[in-house]
Amino acid sequence: MLKVDRLVTGYRGKEGFVRAVDGVSFDIEKGETVCIVGESGSGKSVTSMSVMRLVEFENGEIVSGSIEYMGEELTTKSNEEMRKLRGAEISMIFQEPLTALNPVFTVGQQIVEAIRYHQPLSKKQAMDRAEELLTMVGLSEPKTRLKQYPHELSGGMRQRVMIAIALASKPKLLIADEPTTALDVTIEAQILELLRKLRDEEEMSIMLITHDIGVAAELSHRIIIMYAGKVMEIAKTEDLFDQPHHPYTKGLLESIPKMSGARGELLPTIEGTIPGLNQMPEGCRFAPRCPLATKKCHEEEPPLERKCSRQVACWHVEEFLASQREASERKEDPVEST
Amino acid sequence: MNPHESNHEPLLEIKNLKKYFEIKGGGALGRKKQTLKAVDDVSFEIYKGETLGLVGESGCGKSTLGRNILRLQDPTSGEVVYDQKNILDYTKKEMRALRKDMQIIYQDPFGSLNPRFTIGQIIGEMYEIHGIARGKEKEKKVKELLELVGLDPQRYHSYPHEFSGGQRQRVGIARALALQPEFIVADEPVSALDVSVQSQVINLLIELKKEMGLTLLFIAHGLNVVRHISDRVGVMYLGKLVELSDTDSIFNEPAHPYTAALLSTVPEADPEARKERIVLKGEVPSPASPPSGCNFRTRCPLATERCSQEAPAWQETRNGHFTACHYPLEKGQTLKDAIKQRKEQPEKNTNNLIMA
Repeated sequence: MLKVDRLVTGYRGKEGFVRAVDGVSFDIEKGETVCIVGESGSGKSVTSMSVMRLVEFENGEIVSGSIEYMGEELTTKSNEEMRKLRGAEISMIFQEPLTALNPVFTVGQQIVEAIRYHQPLSKKQAMDRAEELLTMVGLSEPKTRLKQYPHELSGGMRQRVMIAIALASKPKLLIADEPTTALDVTIEAQILELLRKLRDEEEMSIMLITHDIGVAAELSHRIIIMYAGKVMEIAKTEDLFDQPHHPYTKGLLESIPKMSGARGELLPTIEGTIPGLNQMPEGCRFAPRCPLATKKCHEEEPPLERKCSRQVACWHVEEFLASQREASERKEDPVEST
Repeated sequence: MNPHESNHEPLLEIKNLKKYFEIKGGGALGRKKQTLKAVDDVSFEIYKGETLGLVGESGCGKSTLGRNILRLQDPTSGEVVYDQKNILDYTKKEMRALRKDMQIIYQDPFGSLNPRFTIGQIIGEMYEIHGIARGKEKEKKVKELLELVGLDPQRYHSYPHEFSGGQRQRVGIARALALQPEFIVADEPVSALDVSVQSQVINLLIELKKEMGLTLLFIAHGLNVVRHISDRVGVMYLGKLVELSDTDSIFNEPAHPYTAALLSTVPEADPEARKERIVLKGEVPSPASPPSGCNFRTRCPLATERCSQEAPAWQETRNGHFTACHYPLEKGQTLKDAIKQRKEQPEKNTNNLIMA
């Protein structure tokens, strides 16, 4: 349904052109929920903004590669064509719902505008549909909410309004960029529940951008791990957690304190820091922080290679897996853990 | 460390601490004054050498509480007893001397360091203010500190913007440690950091605590981080402490319905950890107009009429396990069970607003 191929997106700045996304390829199937997980500077948000062709409004530029949506190439579409697609076919929700909503219009006006932009409905009909949408996203007293301004709503309610607007024209692909990051834990739980419901009940593909691998674990069918503008690993969610194939994925999973298991001990860490956009290392971008890195890693970039149902970009997958097996054999007694 | 077995000696005793803010905004013309109860009658002890985690959603008062304990803000009333004296009675001069023993690490490694000072100046300032060291002696001490927190001492003359977020947080930690304090309030020290950097800073805190015998009040909203680092954990909701116990007890057998619900919905980095989610309805009410009775009753799946009339007392419901709830969960009882029981015994349930 969505096929991104060797996408390169970057920004022109004082220090020349920097590539925030550098040769990213992945696809999303119909009805599938895919999470892009990465730390800051990994290029995950720029990837989603590229798919929406919104990077251009932020001084960015898609340099090369293709983005194919239902067989149509998006990178060459005119702005006018994209505008028809956005909201109707592909919708997006953002991290900060307050800045994404217009403060001088009521919630109702904004939803109605979104509906009527793509559908030939009267104001009255659109208003009814708006009410329906607000009910669907779980807002109480939808009639009152329609008349309120964004500042009268709480963060969680605003995010629900954003989701209602995004769903207005029954999009086939919903892109959610850190939809719960700005929210409190109990409100995050509510929004995740709503997204789970949408995933299960609506025939919609979801592309979820998050830094929280826990959120990804709860919602996604597949996970894409990005680091420094590159895809490191793509795998089915269970497979990824079961056995990461990339040293970065493993490092990431291990460095998060678990809700069960040992407390107070030192956590495994990934030494060093994420490289800046203008100081990308040669070869594999993760090599400077990778415990397995060899000379080859520092010189040549590993391609994203398919291996059964997954894709991994690492020169040493086999060695890595072997060392993992050894480590787990050493750790586990004859008793097999389940 | 298990507080029941070992050191039970309190370093700090917080008694009935309140921090109220007068805000404008009530009444037809917005002239009526309202009282916002940011911290409302909180009492607990911090034991010597422990890490006490404090969790809660934004606006629950956890940061305000931390700042009031250090008197970075003056509480409205209550007591903070340190060394058998109430430090709220201290004069400015006495307070300044006390600051050597009590320090804070802030969340924001960008906003809390003066961009016009070098790292050497930022940390060295601590020694100068307290008349401990100057010149070469100061430089030597600062460089030792930088080494201790895992920064290159050569960067003594660098400015904050030359460091990454994680490194800046290390600078903040070095500054807090400079005077070898006994007690540190760490206010969301890792929340602004990326996961791979977060674990580095957590490890640093764990190691430093061991090495220097620090007592930590660790304020955070990330439950997994708090669980990992804390010996005991307190849970706050809308200005009140609702539960406090040792970490395992809080996470395995929570007594307060709020804690139980919170734990049931933490997104976990494990797709197989399918759990019974209890998603709380609604939002945290405004602290300027909290509900009558129990603060949590408007969202509590167990609330009854009693909860709207009577604020629950803060009491020890199990050994060492404090809760403020009329219907605390029993040991081994899940919130799901309790909700089910409540439904089966409607005579006990005179409440009509919640279960719908």
